[in-house]
Amino acid sequence: MLAEAIIRCVSARSETCGHLPRHRRRPTAVSDFRMPSLGADMAHGTVLEWRVVPGDQVERGQVVAVVDTEKAAIEVEIFESGVIEELLVEPGSRVPVGTVLARVRAEGAAPAPADDAREPTEVEEEAVGDAAPAEVRPEAPEEKEEKEEKEEKEEKEEKEEKEEIAAERAPAEPGAPPGPPPFRLRASPAARALATERGIDLAGLHGSGPDGAIVRADVEAATAPAGAPASPRDAATERHAAPSRPLIVTPVAGRAAAALGVDLSGVQGTGPDGAITREDVELAAGISHPPLPPSVPSAPEPAPGEGRSGGSDRQRAMREAIAAAVSRSKREIPHYYLSTRIDMARALAWLEAENRERSMAERILPAALLLRATALALGDYPELNGFWEGDGFRPGEAVHLGVVVFLREGGIVAPAILDAGGMEVGTLMRALTDLVQRARSGGLRGSELTSATITVTNLGERGVESVFGVIYPPQVAIVGFGRITEEPWAEGGMVGARPVLTATLAADHRVSDGHRGGLFLSAIDRILQTPEAL
Amino acid sequence: MTEDQIRETVIGALRRIAPEVDPDALDPDQDLREQADLDSMDCFNLMIAVGQELKVEIPESDAPQLNTLNGAVGYLAGRTEAV
Repeated sequence: MLAEAIIRCVSARSETCGHLPRHRRRPTAVSDFRMPSLGADMAHGTVLEWRVVPGDQVERGQVVAVVDTEKAAIEVEIFESGVIEELLVEPGSRVPVGTVLARVRAEGAAPAPADDAREPTEVEEEAVGDAAPAEVRPEAPEEKEEKEEKEEKEEKEEKEEKEEIAAERAPAEPGAPPGPPPFRLRASPAARALATERGIDLAGLHGSGPDGAIVRADVEAATAPAGAPASPRDAATERHAAPSRPLIVTPVAGRAAAALGVDLSGVQGTGPDGAITREDVELAAGISHPPLPPSVPSAPEPAPGEGRSGGSDRQRAMREAIAAAVSRSKREIPHYYLSTRIDMARALAWLEAENRERSMAERILPAALLLRATALALGDYPELNGFWEGDGFRPGEAVHLGVVVFLREGGIVAPAILDAGGMEVGTLMRALTDLVQRARSGGLRGSELTSATITVTNLGERGVESVFGVIYPPQVAIVGFGRITEEPWAEGGMVGARPVLTATLAADHRVSDGHRGGLFLSAIDRILQTPEAL
Repeated sequence: MTEDQIRETVIGALRRIAPEVDPDALDPDQDLREQADLDSMDCFNLMIAVGQELKVEIPESDAPQLNTLNGAVGYLAGRTEAV
């Protein structure tokens, strides 16, 4: 009966019924903390770690969870102060964007009675089948013991319960189910993926990366791949067979299913965490490789017989995510492209002199100078700095400079230096160093992935002369910087060798045109000719 | 400090910056930036890490001497002796 009532509540999804059972209904005190969309290319996220336990007081802007997108482990902030009432999603669960992850009680509201009625989240809806137990939270078998302990505790006072949960977070005994790590764990996305694949608890590993971050090599060192307890495929199958798995579908698979008329609920997923991949859909449809529309880039196929490691699955997931975002950009945004060559002699001479005055750690790289020039130039061109929202442009309130960071283990991510417009060049350099390091070793904030008002790609670092970027929706422009090369340069009737940089702009014709875009690139050039003003 | 110790320090710092690189596969006389796919930020971080561990201040004008593994070891050996 209870389960039926819960199913109805979830189906109705009304604020009063869907989120609170009748005996706990209260006016407005509790709100939902949902899986955020950390960029145009994110459809799902995996909760890696909770940084809070029920009963914790949280402040607006506090990091409460770590979420793995296909690209990186992101520290997700909460945007409401209050008390964590309930965590609804277990670490390791992959859920769609928008799924309720936790409930937060507003400050000053009456605490909920400690009872054992938990409400299902949206993703659990399909899992609540005919044999649905009253306890509908996803639960792995190895958690049984922990659950029994918790049930006993729930009869006790709330304060006591919180203390015990905190105690549970202490390092577990050998063989006991690993609890959430009691401290902040830094690990690269690839390391996390591999650890999940091999069933290794990251908390037990020594990190050799930056700031002691655990990197892929540390996970590899902790186990011989051949001797791993279960193959990735077995693990995925087991997880898929668990009673209450949500349906996970890659974006490409979703499109393929729609095109082929395949019912996804009947498809066995073979991707990470049992995700349904395009191959699974094609298999279910009885075809192997249907022709895809040319606008949909296809991920590289693994060689025949090649086992799919967590790494390559992750690579595929990331490529699919990037392809989906780029496809959307190219489909929706009428791009125009401009390019200009900039004489960097004065800027580099100024930088050299400036760096002589600075200690080694305070030195400034040309990349920071280019970011500074971009941020300054944007002041006069607000139509390049902001968001396209549905049917209109909303200028950014500040310059949050997205920076494309190449992830060493594959792929890219474009987090923002928040409020870069207000930073002098030394501050900007420190912010850039910090951002790149966190992008690679884990520790980016959710806000850094959602706030960028424009993006800069500095592919010159990888040797190319020029780069024309693809605008990252909902932004309306992307600036590209190429390599600084020594070239013949004519000025004042004389030809000389100068360090020359190619700067490009790809921008949205719905908001600006080539005339204004060209003036913006000229503004960057002009600013770089008077570097002392930076 | 011996050259071997300095080499270990440089390789240790490189491993933290580029964990996927196999140090044994590096040609010590070829450009490290190309072999390990290091951008200017990586080089900057490598220089700072090595400089801090060995307590050596590396002027920017000397940075090109750190472009190869052998170049870096030779340069740093001279600098640590001088300290």
